[in-house]
Amino acid sequence: MSAAVEEVVTEAPAVEAVPKRAMTLGTGTSLTVLALLVVAPLFVKNFIIFQMTMLLVYGLAVLALNILTGGSGQFSLGQSAFYAIGAYTSAILMEQYNVNYVLTLPVSGALCFAAGFLFGQPALRLSGVYLALATFALATAMPQLLKLNFLEPWTGGVQGLVVTKPDAPFGLPMSQDMWLYYFTLVITIAIYIASVNLLRSRSGRAFMAIRDNEIAASAMGIDVALYKTLAFGVSAGITGVAGSLGAIVVQFVAPDSYTITLAIALFLGMVVGGVGWLPGSIVGSAFIIFVPNIAESISKGLSGAVFGVLLFLVIFAVPHGARQVAIVCQQALAKYKRR
Amino acid sequence: MPVIATRLAVASTALVLFAASIAAAPAADKKYDTGATDTEIKIGNIMPYSGPASAYGQIGKTEAAYFRKINAEGGINGRKINFISYDDGYSPPKTVEQARKLVESDEVLFIFNSLGTPPNSAIHKYMNAKKVPQLFVATGATKWNDPQNFPWTMGWQPNYQSESRIYAKYLLKEKPDAKIAVLYQNDDYGKDYLKGLKDGLGAKAASMIIAEESYETTEPTIDSHIVKLKSTGADVFVDITTPKFAAQAIRKAHEIDWNALHILNNVSASVGSVMKPAGFENAQGIISAAYLKDVSDPQWKDDAGMKQFLDFMAKDFPEGDKLANEPVVGYSVAQTLVQVLKQCGDDLTRENVMKQAANLKNFRVEMLLPGITINTSPSDFAPISQLQLQRFKGEKWELFGDVISGDVGG
Repeated sequence: MSAAVEEVVTEAPAVEAVPKRAMTLGTGTSLTVLALLVVAPLFVKNFIIFQMTMLLVYGLAVLALNILTGGSGQFSLGQSAFYAIGAYTSAILMEQYNVNYVLTLPVSGALCFAAGFLFGQPALRLSGVYLALATFALATAMPQLLKLNFLEPWTGGVQGLVVTKPDAPFGLPMSQDMWLYYFTLVITIAIYIASVNLLRSRSGRAFMAIRDNEIAASAMGIDVALYKTLAFGVSAGITGVAGSLGAIVVQFVAPDSYTITLAIALFLGMVVGGVGWLPGSIVGSAFIIFVPNIAESISKGLSGAVFGVLLFLVIFAVPHGARQVAIVCQQALAKYKRR
Repeated sequence: MPVIATRLAVASTALVLFAASIAAAPAADKKYDTGATDTEIKIGNIMPYSGPASAYGQIGKTEAAYFRKINAEGGINGRKINFISYDDGYSPPKTVEQARKLVESDEVLFIFNSLGTPPNSAIHKYMNAKKVPQLFVATGATKWNDPQNFPWTMGWQPNYQSESRIYAKYLLKEKPDAKIAVLYQNDDYGKDYLKGLKDGLGAKAASMIIAEESYETTEPTIDSHIVKLKSTGADVFVDITTPKFAAQAIRKAHEIDWNALHILNNVSASVGSVMKPAGFENAQGIISAAYLKDVSDPQWKDDAGMKQFLDFMAKDFPEGDKLANEPVVGYSVAQTLVQVLKQCGDDLTRENVMKQAANLKNFRVEMLLPGITINTSPSDFAPISQLQLQRFKGEKWELFGDVISGDVGG
């Protein structure tokens, strides 16, 4: 009975199947991008370095959502909640308990993994838009939970917490901004490589099998419930690390920083970057950081509307986001080489 | 080619002349930091033009209009104001990004009237570490008056705590055995007010306040809170709500015949946006405190300062809502800044800007209530700390009692 019902539900998969090879970049391109990311900060102002750091931080959060949605086919509008948990974990550990900032990252990651895994349990019963709605509730609730009176001694309540910016260690001759940038870069690359490997592994194949067809996946012997919650946990854990880095870079956490707007921005970043295409995360992140600034420079009063128009143009012209652009470029290049 | 050569020649001649003029002038009293030159003063500003608090964006637009007017009239000591205002959508991480853009990329002399407690908290430490003034921030939190630890940050409006201390003083005097019910918005603004009230009541706070209710801005209506507060039998209702909710509270309290003494915070004391929608007949006898003139209040109809303000709105900022409170604030705070810059003269260093901002003595802008003045000193970073009590009667506020000072240090 249930098979028939489920078949109706999964008839049109919400997330298009992406072959796993298409999820990453070629070695040559990867190395070029990496070289650019390493060298660029040496030539720009501290402010630009700060923006690049935020680019990596949001890129990491978008990547996490990409694993969840592009990998296992589950939606989430609640990523801001995990981001907030990560940010507050770091801020509280650093400011109230004087823990070294580096050590707070694994704590945040583990805590958010647990939170995501637990939230994944009830979410198992939901799919598609219903799951999106449940996670939406999580994102709406989070800022208010952070304001709770009995948490105030730790969270600082509505006033938030100010985080001290760490200096470069071992007396390295670089500014705080530059050090944080390279620190973030190393962690981002590590997580990126781990994510690529995860999606290429047995577990990754299980995620994708679930995404493509749940019934077929369970017929192949995949523990659907376990892998679905696992995807939630991994995604939340990475988001938590991104939140921690964000808190350290911005030097401030407050409930107003982690509203539903952030969750929607991350979702937007994923769609613009290309669902299921991991390198697109950084493109999506660039979109959510820089396009609002561009919109504002066009019109101050109508910045929201201008942003909407730009977003519409992107979705209309390249519905598959940056992935589509990359594929077109690749084909053009191949044609050029053949000639 | 010849064109380029000519241009080069002109440019280099200009450069030589310029260098010569610098050398020639005894460079006497002119001192500049980044962002100030002989012809221009660059000022940064951050406002929520988008997002949940976008109504306050009007303040930034009013300021831009006022500086345009000042520039058209020749600027300040011959220098034009270059006012760069960015949107942060009331999101603290975005505020940090915009503040850093202003300081490090646009290279402004200082940041002026950035809005909101969370956004300003986010850049508080940064601005002070960079030693760039964070001048006249647009928030009523108490922590901005802390010259010892944060010598580069200064508020402007009376802080929330001093206002509710004034209510406490009034209650202790007029109704010492009051049973008080408090409704407050569950954020920094609401909690600051509540703290001021409790501090003001002192030892009697615990016995006098018999009920506290908080609401979230996301609630569609606060009617149920009002009903609950009435059921406690309180005879004083301290109403710490923003305009939309204040109108609901006034209406509901009257509807259910709750005849408590209604004390309404200044945030929502606007005749046009609160009293009128709530119904004048429901609002009789409400007590509040004020420091600025309310445009929608008929008693200022023939006031000279009010006329100047309305002229400005008609001529320089016609797209603004002249009945709202925001343009009055933007206009007055911009005037205060112009005074500070005038006092700076030709010494436009960041240090001197702070020094002059902390050296305002009995300065008045026209839209302040009569008798209220702006005063600062190196140990007092709270420019406006006076308010006057007022009672709603008919269709307008009636001021009563003296101008009261409710100074609270950070």
